[in-house]
This record gives sequence, structure tokens and C-alpha cells, in this order.
Amino acid sequence: MSNGQSERREMTGAEMVVQALKDNGVKHVFGYPGGAVLPIYDEIFQQDEVEHILVRHEQGAGHAAEGYARSTGRAGVMLVTSGPGATNAVTPLQDALMDSIPLVCLTGQVPTSLIGSDAFQECDTVGITRPCTKHNWLVKDVNELAATIHEAFHVATTGRPGPVVVDIPKDVQFAKGFYVSPQIAPRTSYQPKVQGDLEKVKAAVELMATAKKPIIYSGGGVINSGPEASHLLRELVDLTGFPITSTLMGLGAYPASGKNWLGMLGMHGTYEANMAMHDCDVMICIGARFDDRITGRLTAFSPNSKKIHIDIDPSSINKNVHTDVPIIGDVGRVLEDMVRLWRATAKADKKALYPWWEQIAKWRARDSLAYKMNNDVIMPQYAIQRLYELTKDKDTYITTEVGQHQMWAAQHYHFDKPNRWMTSGGLGTMGYGLPAALGVQIAHPNALVIDIAGDASVQMTMQEMSAAVQYNAPIKIFILNNQYMGMVRQWQQLLHGNRLSHSYTEAMPDFVKLAEAYGGHGIRCEKPDELDDAIKEMIAVKKPVLFDCRVATLANCFPMIPSGKAHNEMLLPDEATDEAVANAIDAKGRELV
Amino acid sequence: MNAQLQPTGSAYFIAKETEKPETHTLSVLVDNEPGVLARVIGLFSGRGYNIESLTVSETEHEKHLSRITIVTRGTPHVMEQIKHQLERIVPVHRVVDLTVRSHELGQERPLERELALVKVAGTGEARVEALRLADAFRASVIDANTEHFIFEITGKGSKLDQFIAIMKPLGLVEICRTGVAAMNRGPQGM
Repeated sequence: MSNGQSERREMTGAEMVVQALKDNGVKHVFGYPGGAVLPIYDEIFQQDEVEHILVRHEQGAGHAAEGYARSTGRAGVMLVTSGPGATNAVTPLQDALMDSIPLVCLTGQVPTSLIGSDAFQECDTVGITRPCTKHNWLVKDVNELAATIHEAFHVATTGRPGPVVVDIPKDVQFAKGFYVSPQIAPRTSYQPKVQGDLEKVKAAVELMATAKKPIIYSGGGVINSGPEASHLLRELVDLTGFPITSTLMGLGAYPASGKNWLGMLGMHGTYEANMAMHDCDVMICIGARFDDRITGRLTAFSPNSKKIHIDIDPSSINKNVHTDVPIIGDVGRVLEDMVRLWRATAKADKKALYPWWEQIAKWRARDSLAYKMNNDVIMPQYAIQRLYELTKDKDTYITTEVGQHQMWAAQHYHFDKPNRWMTSGGLGTMGYGLPAALGVQIAHPNALVIDIAGDASVQMTMQEMSAAVQYNAPIKIFILNNQYMGMVRQWQQLLHGNRLSHSYTEAMPDFVKLAEAYGGHGIRCEKPDELDDAIKEMIAVKKPVLFDCRVATLANCFPMIPSGKAHNEMLLPDEATDEAVANAIDAKGRELV
Repeated sequence: MNAQLQPTGSAYFIAKETEKPETHTLSVLVDNEPGVLARVIGLFSGRGYNIESLTVSETEHEKHLSRITIVTRGTPHVMEQIKHQLERIVPVHRVVDLTVRSHELGQERPLERELALVKVAGTGEARVEALRLADAFRASVIDANTEHFIFEITGKGSKLDQFIAIMKPLGLVEICRTGVAAMNRGPQGM
């Protein structure tokens, strides 16, 4: 059946979809059936090579596929119906676009003869998803279906990865046509540049060799480039002796236990990372994009440094920050050249960096992640620290929702490997973490998968607990429950005179009973001295767990670069009195909102 | 990038541009497939770029290629972004900033032409004057009866503007313009 690759086999469109998934190495699909995809579901029913994971909402399918993709480095696949199925997919598509996650979304569509007639469950899927995908297709001819799906996988996973949509009308799913196997004949207009310009790499190495106060600033691009890129990054840091910081998306590419690690940078990054960014003379940006949460006030961003920027996407270069040495290419390939050239030409004079490291040690001594321990109430930072200590030696994957808990997780959970940290960075999607954890667990059935959650975020996609129970996916939902939308409240304290408009949840569900209602396991913990035992219980239970960790309700996330401030104007935790918080942003700043 | 960024109450910034905006003409070679024009103009509206003129038609039928000509306005930094963002679109083959290219070739600007159909109705002296002026502008009459003319005029945008302004008091009824078609002078292709 499968021999004779050039043989064109006749089959229905629905058969083609499943065959194309198999031929692209897909093992799992996250989805939700509906009228316009029933023929494809019928094909899925009749085979067992591709396993379908039934979610409870299409948004959950998308985030699960994202978690699957980020933890494996392969494309995540979602399958949804037309109309509401497609519109519910929009949030994960945009999320994947902003965080460069390879996500293939197959949508059903009403029959071609009904397109444009306002048919039941019709929407303009390719129109709606055009700005939130890397590319999308409406397939009107069954003979183009197989090639289109193959191209979709190619586009999603190559270059700067991203989401794609293939919209398949129901009559095309029923129609018979000829299936073609995946073949390498990419269209001529899509040729991502992966090999960096060697002259530019040379110029970068020369600049790095002269640096007295260098810093490496790495991002999600290192992780997207694959494990070899993370390996090369570590090698480069060892060879040069340069300090390294990373964006939220890049955590784990360089180990947090490494001696050159400064911690995360940016709005809630460490003091030493941000000060080093501000004062450096040479900055090497590797697979990051100078996002506004990273740079603070642009006019005051690292004013005295020469900047080297490695990125696979030419539009990232010079977008927000001027670059002196731009290198367009895949991070892994460029780092390979860079490491080789450094070995060949540059002699690391690590002694020359001593004064710089001494300065960094002074900043580090400010201990910017410190917090006041409390014996009666669990401090959220303490909860993360204990979680880290009790899970770091296991095969652990962490996902998060969005808010204070996310930043505390980034600050206090330490990652030594890439692909272990799944979070919604660019779009900031509350509700990402629980379904993402499901996706990670499906990809790694024996791993310990924990969603560090907030009480507000987790309620946005709570229904996927039901999917986790159905597939025996023992995900652990570790909720830092402070009964507030903590980050919203923090901004209201900073900006809006402490008027806490709608950021307090007055009717909180009983998470323990909720877990039990879903068929999972519930744990509540309110005292610091009970925390370790409760976390151990969570790890031991072989079921999905909702862990209601009651934390100090009014704790805020520091350090912080307040709005309109520069890297060297951070608000540190020991300075963050109520008064300082209220005055952190001046009146002029507030008027401009 | 040279923008003066003002702090706001959030971590976002309001940019006060200090660079001067310039008008540029871009040629974009694309696969002629459904939705490709929507991708291009969606990019402009989505990222807040301007479109002053847009012309599109298939140019190479066998290869399914269309050429889009866009006249846009922005600072040099924005122009660079527009070019890179257009190049990210999967069916886009090439983007050439004809204005930049013409400067590299030592020319002031690329060759630009536009066509307009101009309907003018009237009788008596105004009608005679309209025909006389059309002749002076080398506009040709492509439809007429005793009460109207339709002129076809080709040239630079400024010439068309001028012609249309002159026709206004002479009974101008309606105008249709194609938008700018453009290429660089000299033997080289885009």
C-alpha cells in the first residue's frame, strides 16, 4: 500500500488529511468535532496511528498543541470545525504567532457551494485568521489538498516558526482525488535564510573580543532553533566568559545553575541583569526581539553599547532598537560559526572582564528577588521556591498562566534545560497554562507536568480538567490563590490611586471540590509549614490535581521597571513601600495613558 | 528609532517622530493566488502604514505572477520595516523600493505613470474649451456625443491632478484613476 512513493493513490479528501498527518510524522491531534469536520473524524475513528485528544473547548486544543510543540520541538496539530470552532482557535493562533510556535490548525468549512451564503456555522476562516497566522489556505480542489497540508507543515516548522491554518470545505473532504506524498519542492517565494553572513559573524567576533563590559541577551529563538543551539550557546558562554541574561521565552537555553547566569531581564527581571544591560559596552542579542517589556524606555535603553543581533527574521532587525552588527540566520547555524571563529581567532582574556564581574557582583548583592518571609501566611515566592526544591530532580515540565504567578515562576523556578518552560510571553494569554500542561503531558506521559497558575487565569480554561481526566494525564495545577487578579491589582495600585476596579474575585469556587467534581484530586494548603507535605502529596497522586495554595493576598511582584523608566531605574522590593509604589509613575505619565 | 518616546502610564510608549516622512514607491512581485492582495493591504492596515496609491494586475500569466505597485509614506525607518514585513508574506517573491533604487542609480525618482478617464459634460464655449485643453494635455477623446466627452489621459500623477482641476469648472462629471504604475529607468530588471 505504501510502497511506490511516486504512485498517485486515489482517496477521499478526509482520507488524505489523515494520511498527510501520518506522512508528516504526527502522532497526536488535539481537537473538537463538529458538522463540517465529520468526514475527517470518521477517518480518525478507523485508524489508530494518529491519536486524537478530545478537549472541551477549541481554545484548549490550540494551547494544548502549543504546549506539545514547545516541549517537543515538533509541530502541534489542532483540528476544529467551521464557524465557532475556527473563531475559538483565534486566540491560540495569535499566541503561537507572537511566540513563534509551530502550530498546524485544520479547520472544517461549509461546502464550497455554500461559501458566502451565511450558511449555518459559516465564517470567513481564512479572512479572520489571515493576520494571526504565518500563512493560511482555503482548499477548494481535493487534488490540491495533500500538497497544501504538506506545505502547511513546511511553513509552520521552518524559518521563524509559526501557526498556519488549512481550511477544508466539507465537500472537499468527501470528494475523491489523488494523494501526493510530501516532497521537497517548496515554493520559490518562501526561502528562509538560515545561514548567517560569515563576514558579519567575523565582525561580531572582533567586536566581542574588544569588549570590556559585554553581555549576552538570549531569547526564545535559541530554543526554537533546537537543542544544538542551546548547547552552542553554553559553549559560547564558557569560551568567552561573558555574563548572560535571557528573556522570559528563552529560559532554560542557558542553565540557571550556570555561573555566568544573571537571571531574567526586563520589567520583572533581576537588578543585575537589567543594570548590566544598561551599562554594557557590547550586547549580543541572540534570538530575541527587543520587546517593550525588555527594553523599558527606548531612549534610555543601553545607551553606550554596540549591539549585535542574531535573528532569523529580517523584520526583527532594527525594528525597535538600532543594531550595529545584524546577522540574519538561524541561531544554531550562526552560533556554530561564531564559536568556531572565536576558537580560531579570538583569545579570551577573561582577566579583562574581572572589573565587569566585580561590578555585577555588587549589583547581585542587592538581592533583588528577596522578599519578607512570613511564618503564618504562605508567601507566593516561597511557594515557588519550595515547588522548585521538591521537583528539580525529577523529569519536570512547567507551564504557567499569565500574571504575577507567571513572573514569580520565572524568577524563582530555575531551568537548566530548554523546552521545559511553557508560557505565553508575547500575547499574555490568561488560560494558556492548563491546556498547555495537558499537551505537554500527552507528549511526555511519564514526566511531572506542573501548571503554575493564578486563581483568575486558571478559571478561563478550567474545563480542560475534564480532558485531563479522560486521558489519564496527571497534570498538576498549582494555583497561587490570592483571590485577586494580582497583576491587574498591582497596576491599579501603581497607576489608578489604588482603586481596585473589578480585580477582586468575590465568589471563588472551592477548588478542592471542583477537582473532585472533575474526577481529579484536590489539595488545599494555607500554612507555610504544611506546604512541603502538600507538594509531596501532589507529586505522588497519579491523577490530575488542583492544588489550592492560599498565598498572601496583597503581595506584589518586584523588582520592577515602572512605566517610562529605564533599566537603571528599577523599583526594588526593599524600596517598594506603599508610598514608593503610589509615586513610581509621575503624574505626567499617568495623563498620557 | 530616532523617535522621541514619551513615557505613558503603562509600559507602552507614545512615539513622537523626529524623522521626516518620505513618499516611496514599492514594487511587490507576488504569486497570483486568492487572498494575496488581502495579505498585502491587511499588513498595511494592521501595522498602521499608509497607502497613497495601489495598483495590481497579473504580469506573467504562465508563472502566475502579479505585480503590485504601492505608493506609501513613512520615515526611512518605517520604510525599511514595511519592506521586511512584506517580504515575510509567504507568496511574496520580491519587494523593491523603487525610490531607494532610483537614488542608487543616481536618479531623482522612478518612472511613474498613471491613467485616468475623465468625463466632462457641457455645451457651448465650455465644451470647446474642454476639448482645446484636452488637446494641450494630449488627452484623447474615447467617447463623446453632443453633450459630453470622456477623455483618456496618461502621465505623472501631478499632470493628472492639474488636468482634473482645470476640467472642474468646465463640467467635470466623474473621474476614474488607475493608480501609479512604476519601474526604474535603465536596462536592469527589478
